[in-house]
Amino acid sequence: MDAPLLQVLGCRQAYHKEASADLVVLEDVNLSLREGEIVALLGRSGSGKSTLLRIVSGLLQPTAGQVTWRGIPVNGPTEGIAMVFQSFALFPWLTVQENVELGLEARGVSRVEREKRADDALDLIGLGGFASAYPKELSGGMQQRVGLARALVVYPDLLLMDEPFSALDVLTAETLRTDLIDLWADGKLPVKSVLMVTHNIEEAVLMCDRILVFSSNPGRVASELTVPFPHPRNRLDPAFRQMVDDIYALMTRRAPVEPKTAAPPLHPLAMPLERVGINLMAGLMEALAAPPYDGRADLPALAAPLHYEVDDLLPLGETLQLLRFAVLEEGDIYLTDKGRAFVQADVDGRRTLFAETLRAHVPLANMIRQVLEERWNHRASAVRFRDELEDHMSPDYAADTLRTVIGWGRYAELFSYDEEAEQFNLDDLE
Amino acid sequence: MNTVTHPPLAADRRLPNLWDVIAILCVFATLISVAHVARGTWVRIDAPGATDISLDPWRLPEYAVRTTLRMFAALAASLVFTFTYGTAAAKSQRAGIILIPMLDILQSVPILGFLTFTVVFFMNLFPGQVLGLELASIFAIFTSQAWNMAFSMYQSLRSVPADLVEASISFHLSAWQKFWRLEVPFAIPGLVWNTMMSMSGGWFFVVASEAISVGDDTWKLPGIGSYIAEAQKARDIGAIIWAIIAMLVVILAYDQLLFRPLVAWSAKFRFETTAGATASDPWMLRLIRRTRFLSFVGDAVGQAASSLGGLRLSFGRNPWTRRETQSRTISIVWVILICGLLGWASWRAFTFAAAELTWTDLGEAVLLGLVTLLRVIVLMVLASLVWVPIGVWLGLRPAWARRAQPLAQFLAAFPANLFFPVFVIVIVHFQLNRDIWLTPLMVLGTQWYILFNVVAGAAAFPGDLREVAGSFRVGGFLWWRKIIIPGIFSYYITGAITASGGCWNAAIVAEVVSWGDTKLIAHGLGAYIAEATERGDMARVVLGVAVMSTFVLTFNRLLWHPLYAYARRRLTLG
Repeated sequence: MDAPLLQVLGCRQAYHKEASADLVVLEDVNLSLREGEIVALLGRSGSGKSTLLRIVSGLLQPTAGQVTWRGIPVNGPTEGIAMVFQSFALFPWLTVQENVELGLEARGVSRVEREKRADDALDLIGLGGFASAYPKELSGGMQQRVGLARALVVYPDLLLMDEPFSALDVLTAETLRTDLIDLWADGKLPVKSVLMVTHNIEEAVLMCDRILVFSSNPGRVASELTVPFPHPRNRLDPAFRQMVDDIYALMTRRAPVEPKTAAPPLHPLAMPLERVGINLMAGLMEALAAPPYDGRADLPALAAPLHYEVDDLLPLGETLQLLRFAVLEEGDIYLTDKGRAFVQADVDGRRTLFAETLRAHVPLANMIRQVLEERWNHRASAVRFRDELEDHMSPDYAADTLRTVIGWGRYAELFSYDEEAEQFNLDDLE
Repeated sequence: MNTVTHPPLAADRRLPNLWDVIAILCVFATLISVAHVARGTWVRIDAPGATDISLDPWRLPEYAVRTTLRMFAALAASLVFTFTYGTAAAKSQRAGIILIPMLDILQSVPILGFLTFTVVFFMNLFPGQVLGLELASIFAIFTSQAWNMAFSMYQSLRSVPADLVEASISFHLSAWQKFWRLEVPFAIPGLVWNTMMSMSGGWFFVVASEAISVGDDTWKLPGIGSYIAEAQKARDIGAIIWAIIAMLVVILAYDQLLFRPLVAWSAKFRFETTAGATASDPWMLRLIRRTRFLSFVGDAVGQAASSLGGLRLSFGRNPWTRRETQSRTISIVWVILICGLLGWASWRAFTFAAAELTWTDLGEAVLLGLVTLLRVIVLMVLASLVWVPIGVWLGLRPAWARRAQPLAQFLAAFPANLFFPVFVIVIVHFQLNRDIWLTPLMVLGTQWYILFNVVAGAAAFPGDLREVAGSFRVGGFLWWRKIIIPGIFSYYITGAITASGGCWNAAIVAEVVSWGDTKLIAHGLGAYIAEATERGDMARVVLGVAVMSTFVLTFNRLLWHPLYAYARRRLTLG
């Protein structure tokens, strides 16, 4: 049994808030990584998996807990760990070759050695002819190959990848995945282990040996799965499909109620809203109501024809659930009676139904309306609501939540909003 | 016999070619003239010929070279300032608190008014030597160039993309390497553009700062500015025309030889990840690339610079410790310190002013400031009415826009004070009202900023939106109001801010003009400052400059900033 390459113990990441309790992004995360495995951190956006990756890479210091690399505590970027970025993060003014040499140059590797290693890395990753090109001359897929070569050229023991394929189109991403796995299976990658962040369930099952599924708010490892299939894997294999289904079920299962932490009753405003638009909700409900689903669908089966990934579909489903239009259950989604009523209603009917729903189930929307009705001039500044939201969630979530509620409230004609003055009002409403 | 045999091809490649001969001639000509001029700066001020100006046109090339070198010396100083001040302001939060507002104020202070006092200061540094005068002139030019360059640097450094910062840290770049590999390249396009702008602004000052009179003494540094001043005194219209021609040649030369290649080169650092349309290389850049010897030297210099930037210098900072560990107490002490300093400075200013000035002086200065304000507003309205339609017309016709753009930029670079004598002759000849007819001089040099920004805006106006307007038959006034004005608004505002700032500065030279013994004075704050300067009345110069700065700042805060913010929020396409 080898000693683990990397060990994360009791890691916690929180952002300090003055007004209220700290915002916890990661809570008690433990993880150990051995040589020779590819591990996925799978979770929704906002589950803290990217934060964990940055802690592992040494870019970020955890609030509590410890990260050790080969038994030595990590404090700062570590030699032996290299990272591939979601946005590629290539320097547009450096050529492909210069981009790849960057990490070597920072270590003071001699020019001759640098060039040789860069050539090797570029050849390995299939970019041999592009050395003197600038990144903007390349397609997205080629750019990410440069990002990969830049990470591999320093011969890292651990390769970190932050959603490396999510900025690419479906076909390009697939080619890149299989190329990478082929190199890995043939032992051509100069790395001992890979840790990747993803929100794509199939990608995780296709590439990884182990999957850590994260839950949100606060982010923690909800479950750990071992993928037993040998490479190359077949997406159409029933066992593969079953595993994908199971993970969907895992991710839609409601968090178990923890009796030991007698949590104080949540404030009604402590309800972050995802940025989900009306048309998207209506579109999904209509698709669900129509055949072949007739009101009930398996999430992976629904996702595939819509080209949706779990990161798109789950927020949508959860929002519908929040508004009582649908229910998520064990990887399935089904419409409620109210959801069906919405689908069948005409434009005005839908709006009325949505307005009722907002007042009943979204405390923030209800509160804005009430405040406006009470004010003599029927006006209220948005800043005030944002401040109140920020007592219960991070500024980013507060901004998103407010944007979402503005969109919903405008559609439902609960209130109007003046973008320029950042002010809610009751003008233009009968 | 042990001779090393070079592969013939490689040896051949190192041999200079015809292009090298041309380029090397240029290089040596520059070096010789620099050496010649440098000798001139070390002579004593009373040496024969040190500060005499001859109106012989054949002396003009020498004068032009000396003036140009002053410009570049100031530019070098501005670059040093940019890299230190701008970087410090961006990197240290505490320094930024004080450095940024200071920069903002310095930008709006018409330094021209202080010329007299800086001259005295520099002459005391090098008593009896021309060098003191040279430095005073260079300092004046520096003050017209440095602020916007430093601002551009600051803004670039504050907006470096976060993912590239993360990549640099995760690949172990030291602070020094990160600065030269990431931050400076990111800042270059903005910096090059602002350097060009600064160079244009500097000409105006060079002409005003070469011939300086303090009290009864008048010194003239050999240069185009002094040549013009001399010609004005001698009422020599021919000499003025020669000077204008020399100026045209100089500006054309450095524009073609330096800035076109620089702009083309800086396009490489523009932060975009998709390929855009690329303009063809300017001829100078092609020439440099074609030369063998020179491009070899260029490569060597580039590699040396690159390895300097690649040095693994670090300042012992761990990325973790850098983050918000700044202690609160130190910050509070810092703010108190700054407040104390400000309080002390205002007390000193107040006691100084109280000794020399009365409230009537302040009232007079403010009243004259209002007169100049009225001028600026009228000029901005007129210039907009003229140049917006023309700019739109040009911008919507790509073939014309391509030709108009460099011309407008060129005109903006041309020091408008060269044309002042022409106006004086006309005004005197037709007995015109000087309060009205001296006014256009203020906008002469700066109106072009409106033109070329509007041209750029109209050229960037999306074709599909124009087609929509066409297909709905939107025409006439409605087209201007709903389609094109909102479409170019943010460009127009950018140009108008620069133009109005330039107008205020120009007031100091434009409200008092002379031709031989004839002296035309308009009422206004600019004239107030100029006359106080001539009298050596320090208190009133300070008062005038302070009032003008206040006007400029208020004007910017109350009008331009809100308009610009509005344009950025609501009227920016894409």
